[in-house]
Amino acid sequence: MATMDQILLDVKGLQKFFPIRRGVLQKVVGYVRAVDDVTFYINRGETLSLVGESGCGKTTTSRCVLRAIDPTAGQIHFRTDDGAMIDIAALPENKVQPLRRFMQMIFQDPFSSLNPRMTLLDIVGEPMLVNGMTDRQERQERVAELLTLVGMRPEYMRRFPHAFSGGQRQRIGIARALALNPQLVVADEPVSALDVSVQAQILNLMLRLQEQLGLTYLFVAHDLSVVKHISERVAVMYVGRIVEMATTEKIFGSPKHPYTEALLSSVPKPDPRLRSQRIVLEGEVADPANPPTGCYFHPRCRYAAEICRQETPAQEEIEPGHYVACHRARELSLRGIGKS
Amino acid sequence: MQSEQKPLLSVRNLKTYFFQDEGTVKAVDGATFDVYPGKTLGIVGESGCGKSVTAQSILRIVDQPGRIVDGEIVLRGADGNDVELTRLHPDSREMRDIRGTEIGLVFQEPMTSFSPVHTVGNQIVEAIRLHCGVNEREARIKAVETLRQVGIPKPERRIDEYAFELSGGLRQRAMIAVALSCNPRLLIADEPTTALDVTTQAQILDLLRQLQEQRGMAIMLITHNLGVIAEMADDVVVMYLGRVVEQGPVDAIFHSPQHPYTRALLRSIPSIESTPRVELPTISGSIPHPYNRPSGCPFYPRCPEFIPGTCDQAEPALRAVSEQQSVSCFLYQSQVSQGQGTKPSEGMA
Amino acid sequence: MAETTSPNIGPALPASPREMLPQELPTSQAEEQIAVATQWQLMWWRFRKHKLAMVGSVILILFYLVALSVDFLSYADPDASEAQRSLMAPQSIHWTDNGRLSPYVYGLTGKRDPKTFKRVYTIDPEVKIPVRFFAKGFEYKWLGFIPSDIHLIGVEGARADETLFILGTDVQGRDLWSRLMYGTQTSLFIGLASVALSLFLGVVLGGISGYYGGVIDTVIQRVIEILRSIPTIPLWLGLAAALPGSWSVQQVYFAITIIISLLGWTELARVVRGRFLSLRQEDFVMAARLAGCSQMRIIFRHMVPSFLSHIIAAMTLALPAMIISETSLSFLGLGLRPPAISWGVLLQDAQSIQALAISPWLLIPSIPVVVAVLAFNFVGDGLRDAADPYG
Repeated sequence: MATMDQILLDVKGLQKFFPIRRGVLQKVVGYVRAVDDVTFYINRGETLSLVGESGCGKTTTSRCVLRAIDPTAGQIHFRTDDGAMIDIAALPENKVQPLRRFMQMIFQDPFSSLNPRMTLLDIVGEPMLVNGMTDRQERQERVAELLTLVGMRPEYMRRFPHAFSGGQRQRIGIARALALNPQLVVADEPVSALDVSVQAQILNLMLRLQEQLGLTYLFVAHDLSVVKHISERVAVMYVGRIVEMATTEKIFGSPKHPYTEALLSSVPKPDPRLRSQRIVLEGEVADPANPPTGCYFHPRCRYAAEICRQETPAQEEIEPGHYVACHRARELSLRGIGKS
Repeated sequence: MQSEQKPLLSVRNLKTYFFQDEGTVKAVDGATFDVYPGKTLGIVGESGCGKSVTAQSILRIVDQPGRIVDGEIVLRGADGNDVELTRLHPDSREMRDIRGTEIGLVFQEPMTSFSPVHTVGNQIVEAIRLHCGVNEREARIKAVETLRQVGIPKPERRIDEYAFELSGGLRQRAMIAVALSCNPRLLIADEPTTALDVTTQAQILDLLRQLQEQRGMAIMLITHNLGVIAEMADDVVVMYLGRVVEQGPVDAIFHSPQHPYTRALLRSIPSIESTPRVELPTISGSIPHPYNRPSGCPFYPRCPEFIPGTCDQAEPALRAVSEQQSVSCFLYQSQVSQGQGTKPSEGMA
Repeated sequence: MAETTSPNIGPALPASPREMLPQELPTSQAEEQIAVATQWQLMWWRFRKHKLAMVGSVILILFYLVALSVDFLSYADPDASEAQRSLMAPQSIHWTDNGRLSPYVYGLTGKRDPKTFKRVYTIDPEVKIPVRFFAKGFEYKWLGFIPSDIHLIGVEGARADETLFILGTDVQGRDLWSRLMYGTQTSLFIGLASVALSLFLGVVLGGISGYYGGVIDTVIQRVIEILRSIPTIPLWLGLAAALPGSWSVQQVYFAITIIISLLGWTELARVVRGRFLSLRQEDFVMAARLAGCSQMRIIFRHMVPSFLSHIIAAMTLALPAMIISETSLSFLGLGLRPPAISWGVLLQDAQSIQALAISPWLLIPSIPVVVAVLAFNFVGDGLRDAADPYG
């Protein structure tokens, strides 16, 4: 449930197409519709997860939000300090730069995300340095504070990343993301590269930090168990579109989109007594360069009707806060996890 | 769960070490388990636990500078004779035949296991001709048949495509087709679904189960994913830093785990069934680097039930705690004052 | 900016006990040392294990020490010619005289063979010419500014025709040892100069190519491909023929340096471009961008330190190619010309079978070429293996 009714990030009609170039002259012969008309919002202090399979556009969406890549179309409204909403998508790069300290990122790969040639002090201190905290002493104190906050010993700040394990490096990455005291933290698969026994440590840390610092998370993941654990609301993506968005309980308990249902039933449950009657989807994920007509999911959907082959379903709010893009959402009764 | 049948494959006290400049890495340090015909043995563990090296040791494809230093791997041949695999030369004809016809292998990343310059069909046909001794035409017919069995649509056409033209799921199916082409009695699947999406993973797991039913082969499934183990395995071996810490039937492992590591691991994973946004119990610290292997029980620095003076001194042996379940932990060994079989309280973590 | 810096997250709350690492293994001194080691330390530890590279480094250090002190090591004016001494064979030094350490060489008397018109030298065992260490000889300025006339070896206070030829003489009667010393200096430094110039071109063009990509990248890559597809010998022929014959030795020297490096930069440019391309994908570069680092800071604080070691390794591997280029150009008579002295110029005298049959010692300058090139390759190999200590 949304804790505060204040929207921090409001994304409308976001699109990102990557051109496909062929031949000597690099002529554009088509587009990969990586993100195709994505609309969602995040309230201040809550966690929204973007979940889906590889190639569904969840990572591209998160990078667009940070303007790490430029969107093709759409609006990204972000609430600044003074309460005004600014459309980041429309701003030139030099105007985006000062806003970046309000939105930071936690990366997937704890090895690639830390410069191996810099000490922890330099890594965590760099955002402060380039944003004007030039006093070395002050920076050092703040780095020590941040390291303590993420559960690392401050004495380690002279060490290089190679001295640390994946989980510890991920903590360092989180400390860096918090260095500028951001409001929105985009976490792109922050635990998927970690060992199972370490994932829980990082998830707990992220939950605690959210509580302590009032952070807002945009959490990108493919692992539904992790998503269920961390999110308040979930948006399920399929081939560049959000097919369903609702609170975590609704998505997992009473899904309204057939893809969500299939996705949930595909997850292997760590309990041999629950060997499920899985819904195994036929076929392959649609090609975002050449999507099918109508609903992109219809070739694999066991509930597909004639209308699904012809018309693209619009995102509809079928219950308060429950958005679904399916022609048959209201008539279907789908199976969730546990009691449905 | 185990039948009265004799095991198809018995691994006893297997030790595979890597001798490197920086020191010796004991990748597998005394693994013992059995694989029964028609059953699935799940080997589960985190990075560095030695689960993949165990598979490589069985197939005798351990890379330099690794070497099997001790132990036996006994494969019960189709004719009832036992073959001790550690006695064979890795490149000998016998071993090559075993790899082709008795044991099939499926890797995590199918892209690297296919040659990019040959069609998928070519590689399957070659494998069939090499190991089954049939001519090219028959081999091709058999290859199409195998591709159809693993659920590749239009196999007559797909057989002439290259691996990079197939999607991840189809590539993994083709990989399984190669492994199955000569009807092996044991299929070793090393993280077969880790690189795949959940819906594709469900397809591949379904396929494996279905193929096992049809052919009655044994599967050794290696993965870090406890969910996959729970869905697929009949028996489970839990490994940590090269050692088997616990083994038993899948239901016992998930519903009455005995080793502190297994218990902590099961509690720490976020589950799709559990309540969202509550703090998860964790295992403190991280897996030690293989060069810094702790002395004694390798898990003791992270163990909530650590007994000072015991766990950091000696290595516990694998002991039976019930008819089918065995654990290597001092909590269950008689020389410890607590006495044999005492169950430590669950809430101590 | 003030509000950015003041942390308003309140007092640092300790992490909850579960997340802390209670039973951490104590870190040993060695681990602590590794934990705080910079990339150069890690690289050195790895490089040290490469035996051949270590041997190569010692050889290279010796080579450059020689190159820096040629005047001290040589004992004769490399340009002093004397028809009476043409094509003398190397003299062997006798170290002891009647049991005492007192090195000397026997005198030689030369006669022209009336049939073949060749000069024939016979040892005159009556004449012992003493060889002294740290002998006084011609005057020079060490490193260009320290005046001295001390030489490592030499004959002191002897008559003018009593001199020493450790490696014999060439057709014009010039001392091969001293010429080889000067040749070493020229060849080693022309290699360095060419690499420095190639490095500049390679880093600038490769960097632009890799960082900006797009059309610029395509253009630069095509230019590199064209340059690399031109056969080198004809190109050298053309370029060298274009050098005016009236140019002084120094001018030719610089022109040759430029010619060699104009062709040599392509490899370095490819290395730099490749590194830039792969680094652009690294998450830490994206993190730096999101943290608000300027482009300059990203390039010089994050990207350059990440590939500097690779560049040094590539440079070390490029040096032997430069040295070989100079040697072959000069050997063919297209590079440095006499009176300049380099390995190639020296080897020019050993071009004909006839010359080799009569005076095989003229081939001696090929030995340092081979040794130096091998040493550079070994060191380059070692550096390349050590260049990424995190791999």
